[in-house]
Amino acid sequence: MTAAVEAHGVGLRVGGRWLVREVDFAVTPGEVVALVGPNGAGKSTVLRLLAGDMPPTAGRVLIDGRPVDAFSPRELALRRAVLPQQTVLEFAFTAREVVSMGRAPRRSDADEAVVTRELVRTDALHVAERIYPSLSGGEQGRVALARVLAQEAPILLLDEPTASLDLRHQQMIMEVAHQIAAGGGMVVVVLHDLNLAACFADRICVLREGRIVADGPPWATMTERLLEEVFDCPIAVRTHPVRDCPLIIPLATV
Amino acid sequence: MSLAAISTRRWTRALRGTTSVPRTPPVALFAALGLLLVGSFLLSVGIGAVDIAPAQTVAIIAHHAGIDLGIDFTARQDAIVWAIRLPRVVLALLVGGALAISGAVLQGMFRNPLADPGLIGVSSGAALGAVASVALGVTVLGVATLPVAAFLGGTATAVLVYLLARHDGKTEIVTLVLVGIALNTMAGAGTGLLTYVATDEQIRAVVFWSLGSLGGATWEGVSATLPFVAVGIALALRRGQALNLFVLGEREARHLGVDTERVRLELIALTALMTGASVAVAGVVGFVGLIVPHLVRLVAGPDHRLLLPASALGGAALVMLADLFARTVAAPAELPLGVITALLGGPFLLLLMLRTRRAQGGWG
Repeated sequence: MTAAVEAHGVGLRVGGRWLVREVDFAVTPGEVVALVGPNGAGKSTVLRLLAGDMPPTAGRVLIDGRPVDAFSPRELALRRAVLPQQTVLEFAFTAREVVSMGRAPRRSDADEAVVTRELVRTDALHVAERIYPSLSGGEQGRVALARVLAQEAPILLLDEPTASLDLRHQQMIMEVAHQIAAGGGMVVVVLHDLNLAACFADRICVLREGRIVADGPPWATMTERLLEEVFDCPIAVRTHPVRDCPLIIPLATV
Repeated sequence: MSLAAISTRRWTRALRGTTSVPRTPPVALFAALGLLLVGSFLLSVGIGAVDIAPAQTVAIIAHHAGIDLGIDFTARQDAIVWAIRLPRVVLALLVGGALAISGAVLQGMFRNPLADPGLIGVSSGAALGAVASVALGVTVLGVATLPVAAFLGGTATAVLVYLLARHDGKTEIVTLVLVGIALNTMAGAGTGLLTYVATDEQIRAVVFWSLGSLGGATWEGVSATLPFVAVGIALALRRGQALNLFVLGEREARHLGVDTERVRLELIALTALMTGASVAVAGVVGFVGLIVPHLVRLVAGPDHRLLLPASALGGAALVMLADLFARTVAAPAELPLGVITALLGGPFLLLLMLRTRRAQGGWG
């Protein structure tokens, strides 16, 4: 199948420093791809380049075979939705109103139903009528994700969707990513938790100092040698006791 | 329970910044604002050195529209209403609507509840433009010179605020306020310097701008202001949904299909246009753009599709009433309108600060 999102030799230089460099990357429908790597490796930058937030200094980003900057903002909004690390609101919109904003590029009769469906899917229906800025970090995170899902774009770019969530909701959100991919969508997700990536991603892309150092299925990429080198700490990799995926255990250094 | 008690409770709760606030349905909101507007209008036209009953006011206006309502009025009443009070009240309405909707637009665009044309320096920039055109004797555009000069001054300041206060698609509240202080200071200094090249008569005009007043209202003033304000409001109203998305963040708005660069430029131009036109005719009338959108949000929520039209109506009513107060409280002397709105706005700003501090520890 042809890729819907492609990056060819993409690099971004800011203030004389390359934040990411020579990134070749593609996502095809049905895939959940995790971007992992240490702090400052360029995960969020890659995500932003794929989203078309800024033009790359080198190389090009294609969506459905077309350069990302050839789309109008609305055309792009129908194809990809983006979850930022954090959504801060200065005004007292309710959670439901925030999720409805995801419908802005579409405006159809199904809007209310879609909004409710996504609030249910992210387990946020019970806070729907509450004021967004008054919600806890985890609740805000789920409402923000529901907003992104309500956009109904086939390509989802998620920057640390699980960061402020408890264990149950982390699993739940990754299950949602799976559902989206199973329905023909595709998800690129930045994750800090390697075990979430190993359990739920079809492919893991490991970044280090702005470059991709490994890209493949969890068993191929989550190796002790690679992880120790990239994360610069002793790591053991075992088999997950229940699921057929790697289990990554950081070992104490002292 | 009485209506007043319910609304007091709602306000206390809202001012404390609790998690959910009951919202007034749009129909009730606009019905109330419509009544307030009509009431303020009839009061403003009717009250003064000579009191004129609302029915007569309506009859006089109808008479000038070519309709005879069969209500008697004297030629003197007609002259007072038509030549003196009406242009002033209509200007108050236009200035109030323009300033309040500009405030609402700026707050949404900057994602910042403290953005106000006066507070961030756009009004003083417009005043500087207007004063410069007067003091330097520029008349190239005839009667339109003043509003155009004010518009240019306002636009230049708005663009400066935008470039200076914004960083990485966000505007910190403190940065915005500090940029506003700096620009207000610079525009004030510029206005002060111009008084040295101005004649005595021109200096009186400068003082008028710095305090804000509708004392010089004429129908010519109305016709010079109306097109700017009408176009500004009509175009701003189309951007309600885009402003809602701006509240999520500029990048997020773009992800949701808003052509943020274009919309941003358009909104800056619109607010400069409306503020410039208001300043040209009434001088610096501060805080209207701060107070009105805040009050509307308290009762109706932050949705800009409601907030923008409701702010325009509320601002019109507020400035009409403030001007009524300005010209009647110390009659036959007149207080500057800008002083009245500042008397309302100063405490309001403090209240807002206390509330924010209680709710989230202050503006970071």
